[in-house]
Amino acid sequence: MNPIVLTTGDMLVAAALIVTSSALSFLLSLGLQRALLVSAVRMAVQLALVGSVLLFVFGHASVWLTIGLLAFMFSAAGWEAGSRQQVRLCPGWHFGIAGVATATGTVIVVLIGLLTALQPHPWYVARTAIPLTGLLLGNVMNATSLSMNTLLSAITRERQAIEARIILGATRAQAMNGLIRQAIRAALLPTLNQMAAAGIVTMPGIMTGQILAGMNPLAASRYQVLLMSLIVSGNLIGATFAAYLMAWHLTDSRGRLRLERLLSRSRD
Amino acid sequence: MIAATYAAGTLALEVQGLCSAYGVPFTFSVLTGQCVAITGPSGSGKTVMLRMIADLDPHEGEVRINGQPCLDMPAERWRRLVQYVPAEPAWWSDIVLDHMADTDEVHDLIGRLGLREDCLRTPLSRLSTGERQRLALIRALLLHPRVLLLDEPCSALDAATTDRVEAVLQAVRARGTAIVLVSHNMQQAARMAGKRFRIAQGHMEEIAP
Repeated sequence: MNPIVLTTGDMLVAAALIVTSSALSFLLSLGLQRALLVSAVRMAVQLALVGSVLLFVFGHASVWLTIGLLAFMFSAAGWEAGSRQQVRLCPGWHFGIAGVATATGTVIVVLIGLLTALQPHPWYVARTAIPLTGLLLGNVMNATSLSMNTLLSAITRERQAIEARIILGATRAQAMNGLIRQAIRAALLPTLNQMAAAGIVTMPGIMTGQILAGMNPLAASRYQVLLMSLIVSGNLIGATFAAYLMAWHLTDSRGRLRLERLLSRSRD
Repeated sequence: MIAATYAAGTLALEVQGLCSAYGVPFTFSVLTGQCVAITGPSGSGKTVMLRMIADLDPHEGEVRINGQPCLDMPAERWRRLVQYVPAEPAWWSDIVLDHMADTDEVHDLIGRLGLREDCLRTPLSRLSTGERQRLALIRALLLHPRVLLLDEPCSALDAATTDRVEAVLQAVRARGTAIVLVSHNMQQAARMAGKRFRIAQGHMEEIAP
Protein backbone atom coordinates (compact mmCIF):
# COMPACT_ATOMS: atom_id res chain seq x y z
CA MET A 1 0.00 0.00 0.00
CA ASN A 2 1.31 3.45 -0.91
CA PRO A 3 1.32 6.26 1.65
CA ILE A 4 -1.48 8.82 1.33
CA VAL A 5 0.27 12.01 0.21
CA LEU A 6 -1.58 15.15 1.30
CA THR A 7 -2.11 17.85 -1.32
CA THR A 8 -2.57 21.63 -1.00
CA GLY A 9 -6.31 20.97 -1.19
CA ASP A 10 -6.07 18.73 1.88
CA MET A 11 -4.24 21.51 3.72
CA LEU A 12 -7.09 23.85 2.82
CA VAL A 13 -9.53 21.39 4.44
CA ALA A 14 -7.42 21.59 7.63
CA ALA A 15 -7.43 25.39 7.43
CA ALA A 16 -11.21 25.39 6.92
CA LEU A 17 -11.61 23.32 10.10
CA ILE A 18 -9.65 25.91 12.09
CA VAL A 19 -11.67 28.77 10.61
CA THR A 20 -14.94 26.92 11.39
CA SER A 21 -13.80 26.28 14.97
CA SER A 22 -12.96 29.97 15.35
CA ALA A 23 -16.39 30.92 14.02
CA LEU A 24 -18.00 28.53 16.50
CA SER A 25 -15.93 30.06 19.29
CA PHE A 26 -17.16 33.52 18.22
CA LEU A 27 -20.81 32.40 18.11
CA LEU A 28 -20.57 30.74 21.55
CA SER A 29 -18.62 33.72 23.01
CA LEU A 30 -15.78 31.41 24.07
CA GLY A 31 -13.17 34.03 23.29
CA LEU A 32 -10.88 31.38 21.79
CA GLN A 33 -10.96 32.48 18.17
CA ARG A 34 -7.80 34.60 18.29
CA ALA A 35 -5.84 31.93 20.20
CA LEU A 36 -7.04 29.24 17.77
CA LEU A 37 -6.00 31.19 14.68
CA VAL A 38 -2.64 32.30 16.11
CA SER A 39 -1.82 28.78 17.36
CA ALA A 40 -2.78 27.21 14.05
CA VAL A 41 -0.67 29.66 12.02
CA ARG A 42 2.23 29.24 14.43
CA MET A 43 1.96 25.44 14.25
CA ALA A 44 1.84 25.45 10.45
CA VAL A 45 4.88 27.75 10.16
CA GLN A 46 6.87 25.76 12.76
CA LEU A 47 6.11 22.40 11.14
CA ALA A 48 6.83 23.71 7.64
CA LEU A 49 10.16 25.04 8.91
CA VAL A 50 10.99 21.75 10.66
CA GLY A 51 10.05 19.82 7.50
CA SER A 52 12.34 22.04 5.42
CA VAL A 53 15.22 21.79 7.91
CA LEU A 54 14.88 18.00 8.09
CA LEU A 55 14.75 17.79 4.27
CA PHE A 56 17.97 19.82 4.14
CA VAL A 57 19.72 17.78 6.87
CA PHE A 58 18.65 14.42 5.42
CA GLY A 59 19.79 15.55 1.97
CA HIS A 60 23.28 16.52 3.11
CA ALA A 61 23.91 13.45 5.31
CA SER A 62 26.39 15.44 7.43
CA VAL A 63 27.20 14.32 10.96
CA TRP A 64 27.88 17.91 11.98
CA LEU A 65 24.55 19.14 10.70
CA THR A 66 22.83 16.33 12.65
CA ILE A 67 24.79 17.19 15.83
CA GLY A 68 24.00 20.90 15.41
CA LEU A 69 20.28 20.25 15.05
CA LEU A 70 20.26 17.85 18.03
CA ALA A 71 22.16 20.40 20.17
CA PHE A 72 19.52 23.01 19.34
CA MET A 73 16.71 20.56 20.21
CA PHE A 74 18.34 19.61 23.55
CA SER A 75 18.88 23.27 24.53
CA ALA A 76 15.27 24.13 23.74
CA ALA A 77 14.03 21.08 25.70
CA GLY A 78 16.16 21.98 28.75
CA TRP A 79 14.81 25.52 28.64
CA GLU A 80 11.19 24.37 28.28
CA ALA A 81 11.47 21.74 31.04
CA GLY A 82 12.85 24.34 33.42
CA SER A 83 10.41 27.11 32.63
CA ARG A 84 7.17 25.56 33.89
CA GLN A 85 7.69 25.73 37.68
CA GLN A 86 6.06 28.19 40.05
CA VAL A 87 8.99 27.86 42.44
CA ARG A 88 12.45 27.57 41.00
CA LEU A 89 16.16 27.66 41.74
CA CYS A 90 18.47 30.41 40.53
CA PRO A 91 18.47 30.28 36.68
CA GLY A 92 21.84 28.53 36.22
CA TRP A 93 20.97 25.63 38.52
CA HIS A 94 17.34 25.42 37.47
CA PHE A 95 17.90 25.16 33.73
CA GLY A 96 21.10 23.20 34.32
CA ILE A 97 19.29 20.47 36.26
CA ALA A 98 16.37 20.45 33.78
CA GLY A 99 18.78 20.21 30.85
CA VAL A 100 21.04 17.53 32.34
CA ALA A 101 18.09 15.35 33.42
CA THR A 102 16.30 15.70 30.07
CA ALA A 103 19.47 15.05 28.06
CA THR A 104 20.51 12.05 30.19
CA GLY A 105 17.12 10.32 29.95
CA THR A 106 16.89 10.98 26.20
CA VAL A 107 20.46 10.09 25.19
CA ILE A 108 20.44 6.76 27.05
CA VAL A 109 17.22 5.48 25.46
CA VAL A 110 17.98 6.93 22.00
CA LEU A 111 21.30 5.06 21.99
CA ILE A 112 19.59 1.87 23.15
CA GLY A 113 16.98 2.25 20.39
CA LEU A 114 19.52 3.01 17.67
CA LEU A 115 22.10 0.42 18.64
CA THR A 116 19.79 -2.51 19.38
CA ALA A 117 16.33 -2.58 17.81
CA LEU A 118 16.49 -0.07 14.94
CA GLN A 119 20.17 -0.44 13.92
CA PRO A 120 20.28 1.99 10.96
CA HIS A 121 23.51 2.23 8.91
CA PRO A 122 25.38 4.17 10.08
CA TRP A 123 23.74 4.18 13.53
CA TYR A 124 23.69 8.01 13.70
CA VAL A 125 22.00 8.51 10.33
CA ALA A 126 19.89 11.67 10.52
CA ARG A 127 16.72 10.14 9.02
CA THR A 128 16.40 7.81 12.05
CA ALA A 129 18.32 9.61 14.80
CA ILE A 130 16.58 12.98 14.55
CA PRO A 131 12.91 11.87 14.55
CA LEU A 132 13.60 9.31 17.30
CA THR A 133 15.43 11.91 19.43
CA GLY A 134 12.67 14.46 18.84
CA LEU A 135 9.96 12.03 19.92
CA LEU A 136 11.79 10.91 23.07
CA LEU A 137 13.05 14.38 23.95
CA GLY A 138 9.53 15.81 24.07
CA ASN A 139 8.34 13.04 26.37
CA VAL A 140 11.38 13.11 28.68
CA MET A 141 11.12 16.90 28.84
CA ASN A 142 7.53 16.62 30.11
CA ALA A 143 8.45 13.97 32.69
CA THR A 144 11.45 16.00 33.92
CA SER A 145 9.33 19.11 34.20
CA LEU A 146 6.58 17.27 36.12
CA SER A 147 9.11 15.66 38.45
CA MET A 148 10.75 19.02 39.24
CA ASN A 149 7.43 20.75 39.74
CA THR A 150 6.03 18.05 42.05
CA LEU A 151 9.21 17.89 44.12
CA LEU A 152 9.60 21.65 44.47
CA SER A 153 5.96 22.04 45.54
CA ALA A 154 6.27 19.14 48.00
CA ILE A 155 9.51 20.44 49.53
CA THR A 156 8.12 23.94 50.08
CA ARG A 157 4.88 22.50 51.50
CA GLU A 158 6.55 19.83 53.69
CA ARG A 159 9.55 21.87 54.78
CA GLN A 160 8.89 21.44 58.50
CA ALA A 161 8.21 17.71 58.22
CA ILE A 162 11.48 17.19 56.33
CA GLU A 163 13.33 19.15 58.98
CA ALA A 164 11.65 17.15 61.75
CA ARG A 165 13.29 14.02 60.32
CA ILE A 166 16.64 15.79 59.95
CA ILE A 167 16.46 16.98 63.58
CA LEU A 168 16.03 13.37 64.69
CA GLY A 169 19.20 12.34 62.87
CA ALA A 170 17.91 11.32 59.45
CA THR A 171 20.24 11.78 56.49
CA ARG A 172 19.05 14.10 53.74
CA ALA A 173 18.24 11.04 51.63
CA GLN A 174 16.15 9.48 54.41
CA ALA A 175 14.36 12.78 55.01
CA MET A 176 13.47 13.37 51.36
CA ASN A 177 13.16 9.91 49.79
CA GLY A 178 9.38 9.80 50.24
CA LEU A 179 8.94 13.09 48.40
CA ILE A 180 11.41 12.10 45.69
CA ARG A 181 9.48 8.87 45.06
CA GLN A 182 6.22 10.86 44.98
CA ALA A 183 7.70 13.24 42.36
CA ILE A 184 8.93 10.39 40.15
CA ARG A 185 5.57 8.60 40.36
CA ALA A 186 3.72 11.81 39.42
CA ALA A 187 6.03 12.29 36.44
CA LEU A 188 5.43 8.74 35.19
CA LEU A 189 1.66 8.69 35.65
CA PRO A 190 0.66 10.25 32.27
CA THR A 191 2.90 7.78 30.39
CA LEU A 192 1.58 4.81 32.40
CA ASN A 193 -2.00 5.90 31.65
CA GLN A 194 -1.11 6.25 27.98
CA MET A 195 0.39 2.74 27.96
CA ALA A 196 -2.62 1.23 29.72
CA ALA A 197 -5.06 2.87 27.30
CA ALA A 198 -3.01 2.23 24.14
CA GLY A 199 -5.10 0.49 21.51
CA ILE A 200 -8.20 0.27 23.71
CA VAL A 201 -9.19 3.82 24.56
CA THR A 202 -6.93 5.62 22.08
CA MET A 203 -5.06 4.69 18.91
CA PRO A 204 -1.45 5.72 19.59
CA GLY A 205 -0.15 8.56 17.41
CA ILE A 206 2.93 6.80 16.11
CA MET A 207 1.00 3.68 15.11
CA THR A 208 -1.76 5.75 13.48
CA GLY A 209 0.82 7.73 11.51
CA GLN A 210 2.56 4.60 10.28
CA ILE A 211 -0.69 2.86 9.29
CA LEU A 212 -1.76 5.99 7.37
CA ALA A 213 1.68 6.03 5.75
CA GLY A 214 1.04 2.51 4.49
CA MET A 215 2.65 0.22 7.05
CA ASN A 216 1.18 -3.15 7.99
CA PRO A 217 -0.84 -2.62 11.26
CA LEU A 218 0.97 -5.48 13.04
CA ALA A 219 4.38 -4.07 12.12
CA ALA A 220 3.13 -0.62 13.19
CA SER A 221 2.04 -2.02 16.56
CA ARG A 222 5.54 -3.47 17.07
CA TYR A 223 7.01 -0.02 16.44
CA GLN A 224 4.55 1.42 18.92
CA VAL A 225 5.53 -1.13 21.59
CA LEU A 226 9.23 -0.41 21.09
CA LEU A 227 8.77 3.35 21.14
CA MET A 228 6.47 3.33 24.20
CA SER A 229 9.05 1.22 26.04
CA LEU A 230 11.78 3.70 25.12
CA ILE A 231 9.55 6.60 26.16
CA VAL A 232 8.67 5.19 29.59
CA SER A 233 12.29 4.23 30.29
CA GLY A 234 13.58 7.65 29.21
CA ASN A 235 10.91 9.36 31.29
CA LEU A 236 11.85 7.31 34.35
CA ILE A 237 15.54 8.15 33.96
CA GLY A 238 14.89 11.87 33.33
CA ALA A 239 12.39 12.21 36.21
CA THR A 240 14.70 10.35 38.61
CA PHE A 241 17.75 12.42 37.68
CA ALA A 242 15.76 15.65 37.98
CA ALA A 243 14.36 14.74 41.42
CA TYR A 244 17.67 13.58 42.91
CA LEU A 245 19.66 16.50 41.49
CA MET A 246 17.04 18.93 42.80
CA ALA A 247 17.02 17.33 46.28
CA TRP A 248 20.83 17.28 46.33
CA HIS A 249 21.00 20.98 45.45
CA LEU A 250 18.39 21.97 48.07
CA THR A 251 20.46 20.43 50.88
CA ASP A 252 24.11 20.90 51.78
CA SER A 253 26.95 18.59 52.79
CA ARG A 254 25.80 18.79 56.45
CA GLY A 255 22.34 17.59 55.43
CA ARG A 256 20.72 20.96 56.11
CA LEU A 257 17.69 22.04 54.11
CA ARG A 258 18.75 25.11 52.06
CA LEU A 259 15.46 26.54 50.84
CA GLU A 260 16.99 30.00 50.51
CA ARG A 261 18.26 28.62 47.17
CA LEU A 262 14.67 28.70 45.92
CA LEU A 263 13.20 31.70 44.19
CA SER A 264 9.43 32.15 44.22
CA ARG A 265 7.70 33.75 41.33
CA SER A 266 4.18 34.41 40.30
CA ARG A 267 3.10 33.65 36.75
CA ASP A 268 0.14 35.52 35.44
CA MET B 1 15.35 5.53 82.73
CA ILE B 2 18.94 5.22 81.57
CA ALA B 3 21.64 5.73 84.21
CA ALA B 4 23.93 8.78 84.10
CA THR B 5 26.77 8.28 81.63
CA TYR B 6 28.75 11.49 82.02
CA ALA B 7 30.70 12.74 85.04
CA ALA B 8 29.26 15.82 86.76
CA GLY B 9 31.18 19.05 86.27
CA THR B 10 32.53 18.20 82.81
CA LEU B 11 31.77 20.45 79.86
CA ALA B 12 28.87 19.15 77.79
CA LEU B 13 28.40 22.00 75.34
CA GLU B 14 30.72 24.83 74.35
CA VAL B 15 29.54 27.64 72.08
CA GLN B 16 32.23 30.06 70.89
CA GLY B 17 31.51 33.04 68.64
CA LEU B 18 28.54 31.27 67.08
CA CYS B 19 26.75 33.55 64.64
CA SER B 20 24.78 33.57 61.44
CA ALA B 21 25.62 35.82 58.50
CA TYR B 22 23.57 38.66 60.01
CA GLY B 23 23.41 38.02 63.77
CA VAL B 24 25.46 38.70 66.87
CA PRO B 25 28.02 36.13 68.09
CA PHE B 26 27.05 33.92 71.04
CA THR B 27 29.56 32.48 73.50
CA PHE B 28 28.63 30.31 76.49
CA SER B 29 29.09 26.81 77.84
CA VAL B 30 26.90 24.26 79.61
CA LEU B 31 28.15 21.64 82.09
CA THR B 32 26.97 18.07 82.29
CA GLY B 33 23.52 18.03 83.88
CA GLN B 34 23.33 21.83 83.89
CA CYS B 35 20.45 23.90 82.51
CA VAL B 36 21.16 27.25 80.91
CA ALA B 37 18.23 29.56 80.16
CA ILE B 38 18.22 32.12 77.36
CA THR B 39 15.64 34.89 77.48
CA GLY B 40 15.08 37.95 75.36
CA PRO B 41 12.48 39.73 73.28
CA SER B 42 10.89 38.10 70.23
CA GLY B 43 13.09 38.34 67.17
CA SER B 44 16.31 38.70 69.18
CA GLY B 45 17.78 35.53 67.64
CA LYS B 46 17.14 32.88 70.32
CA THR B 47 15.59 30.33 67.96
CA VAL B 48 18.24 30.97 65.30
CA MET B 49 20.88 30.29 67.95
CA LEU B 50 19.30 26.94 68.89
CA ARG B 51 19.03 26.00 65.19
CA MET B 52 22.71 26.81 64.65
CA ILE B 53 23.73 24.72 67.67
CA ALA B 54 21.70 21.83 66.23
CA ASP B 55 23.54 22.44 62.91
CA LEU B 56 20.27 23.10 61.07
CA ASP B 57 21.42 26.47 59.72
CA PRO B 58 24.81 27.51 58.31
CA HIS B 59 26.92 29.35 60.88
CA GLU B 60 30.30 30.75 61.77
CA GLY B 61 32.11 30.14 65.06
CA GLU B 62 32.43 26.83 66.84
CA VAL B 63 30.20 24.47 68.78
CA ARG B 64 31.58 21.45 70.64
CA ILE B 65 30.04 18.64 72.62
CA ASN B 66 32.29 16.67 74.95
CA GLY B 67 35.13 18.77 73.46
CA GLN B 68 34.44 17.51 69.91
CA PRO B 69 33.72 20.17 67.25
CA CYS B 70 30.49 19.94 65.33
CA LEU B 71 32.18 19.74 61.94
CA ASP B 72 34.39 16.83 63.05
CA MET B 73 31.31 14.67 63.55
CA PRO B 74 28.85 13.36 60.94
CA ALA B 75 25.84 15.72 60.93
CA GLU B 76 23.36 12.93 61.68
CA ARG B 77 25.30 11.82 64.78
CA TRP B 78 25.62 15.43 65.93
CA ARG B 79 21.87 16.01 65.71
CA ARG B 80 21.09 12.84 67.65
CA LEU B 81 23.42 14.01 70.43
CA VAL B 82 22.13 17.60 70.29
CA GLN B 83 18.36 17.26 70.19
CA TYR B 84 16.40 20.37 69.24
CA VAL B 85 12.72 20.59 70.17
CA PRO B 86 11.16 23.54 68.30
CA ALA B 87 8.40 25.70 69.76
CA GLU B 88 6.04 24.32 67.12
CA PRO B 89 7.18 20.75 66.51
CA ALA B 90 6.55 19.27 63.06
CA TRP B 91 5.35 15.77 62.15
CA TRP B 92 5.70 13.82 58.94
CA SER B 93 2.60 11.71 59.51
CA ASP B 94 -0.65 12.02 61.45
CA ILE B 95 0.02 8.76 63.30
CA VAL B 96 1.95 9.15 66.56
CA LEU B 97 3.41 5.65 66.35
CA ASP B 98 5.06 6.56 63.03
CA HIS B 99 7.26 8.83 65.13
CA MET B 100 8.05 6.61 68.09
CA ALA B 101 7.85 2.94 69.02
CA ASP B 102 5.26 1.63 71.48
CA THR B 103 7.77 0.86 74.28
CA ASP B 104 7.77 0.82 78.09
CA GLU B 105 9.96 3.93 78.07
CA VAL B 106 7.35 5.80 75.99
CA HIS B 107 4.52 4.72 78.32
CA ASP B 108 6.59 5.75 81.34
CA LEU B 109 7.14 9.24 79.87
CA ILE B 110 3.49 9.52 78.82
CA GLY B 111 2.42 8.90 82.42
CA ARG B 112 4.96 11.28 83.91
CA LEU B 113 4.08 14.06 81.46
CA GLY B 114 0.37 13.74 82.18
CA LEU B 115 -0.63 12.56 78.71
CA ARG B 116 -3.58 10.23 78.09
CA GLU B 117 -2.56 6.60 77.46
CA ASP B 118 -4.60 6.55 74.25
CA CYS B 119 -2.71 9.51 72.78
CA LEU B 120 -0.42 7.07 70.96
CA ARG B 121 -3.41 5.87 68.95
CA THR B 122 -5.03 9.29 68.43
CA PRO B 123 -4.33 11.17 65.17
CA LEU B 124 -1.93 14.04 65.81
CA SER B 125 -4.37 16.45 64.17
CA ARG B 126 -6.86 15.69 66.97
CA LEU B 127 -4.40 16.33 69.80
CA SER B 128 -4.05 19.72 71.45
CA THR B 129 -0.97 21.92 70.96
CA GLY B 130 0.14 21.10 74.51
CA GLU B 131 -0.20 17.35 73.91
CA ARG B 132 1.81 17.60 70.70
CA GLN B 133 4.47 19.65 72.52
CA ARG B 134 4.87 16.92 75.14
CA LEU B 135 4.94 14.16 72.50
CA ALA B 136 7.70 16.07 70.68
CA LEU B 137 9.64 16.17 73.96
CA ILE B 138 9.21 12.39 74.32
CA ARG B 139 10.35 11.91 70.70
CA ALA B 140 13.55 13.83 71.50
CA LEU B 141 14.18 12.16 74.89
CA LEU B 142 13.99 8.69 73.33
CA LEU B 143 17.31 9.43 71.60
CA HIS B 144 18.96 10.05 75.03
CA PRO B 145 20.71 13.22 73.82
CA ARG B 146 23.83 14.69 75.38
CA VAL B 147 22.34 18.18 75.00
CA LEU B 148 18.66 19.11 74.83
CA LEU B 149 17.74 22.39 73.11
CA LEU B 150 14.24 23.45 74.15
CA ASP B 151 12.42 26.34 72.51
CA GLU B 152 9.48 27.41 74.69
CA PRO B 153 8.66 23.81 75.74
CA CYS B 154 5.77 24.82 78.03
CA SER B 155 4.23 27.68 76.05
CA ALA B 156 0.93 25.81 75.60
CA LEU B 157 0.76 24.14 79.03
CA ASP B 158 -1.08 24.95 82.26
CA ALA B 159 0.80 25.32 85.57
CA ALA B 160 0.27 21.72 86.74
CA THR B 161 1.44 20.22 83.44
CA THR B 162 4.40 22.63 83.37
CA ASP B 163 5.43 21.21 86.77
CA ARG B 164 5.30 17.69 85.32
CA VAL B 165 7.47 18.70 82.35
CA GLU B 166 9.96 20.42 84.63
CA ALA B 167 10.13 17.31 86.85
CA VAL B 168 10.93 15.15 83.81
CA LEU B 169 13.58 17.64 82.70
CA GLN B 170 15.16 17.60 86.17
CA ALA B 171 15.35 13.79 85.95
CA VAL B 172 16.93 14.07 82.52
CA ARG B 173 19.51 16.47 83.91
CA ALA B 174 20.22 14.10 86.79
CA ARG B 175 21.36 11.48 84.32
CA GLY B 176 23.79 13.96 82.74
CA THR B 177 21.95 15.62 79.87
CA ALA B 178 22.69 19.35 79.53
CA ILE B 179 19.77 21.64 78.68
CA VAL B 180 19.59 24.95 76.85
CA LEU B 181 16.17 26.41 77.54
CA VAL B 182 14.76 29.31 75.55
CA SER B 183 11.80 30.82 77.38
CA HIS B 184 9.85 34.02 77.79
CA ASN B 185 8.78 32.74 81.20
CA MET B 186 11.25 34.34 83.63
CA GLN B 187 9.95 32.33 86.61
CA GLN B 188 10.50 29.08 84.76
CA ALA B 189 13.99 30.21 83.69
CA ALA B 190 14.81 31.00 87.35
CA ARG B 191 13.39 27.65 88.55
CA MET B 192 15.12 25.51 85.97
CA ALA B 193 18.43 27.15 85.16
CA GLY B 194 21.64 27.54 87.14
CA LYS B 195 22.84 30.13 84.65
CA ARG B 196 20.68 32.61 82.72
CA PHE B 197 21.46 34.83 79.75
CA ARG B 198 19.53 37.64 78.16
CA ILE B 199 19.84 38.54 74.50
CA ALA B 200 19.00 42.20 73.89
CA GLN B 201 20.10 45.05 71.68
CA GLY B 202 22.57 42.98 69.72
CA HIS B 203 24.44 41.33 72.56
CA MET B 204 24.16 38.48 75.07
CA GLU B 205 24.69 39.12 78.78
CA GLU B 206 24.55 36.86 81.82
CA ILE B 207 21.81 37.65 84.32
CA ALA B 208 23.13 37.81 87.88
CA PRO B 209 21.77 34.94 90.04
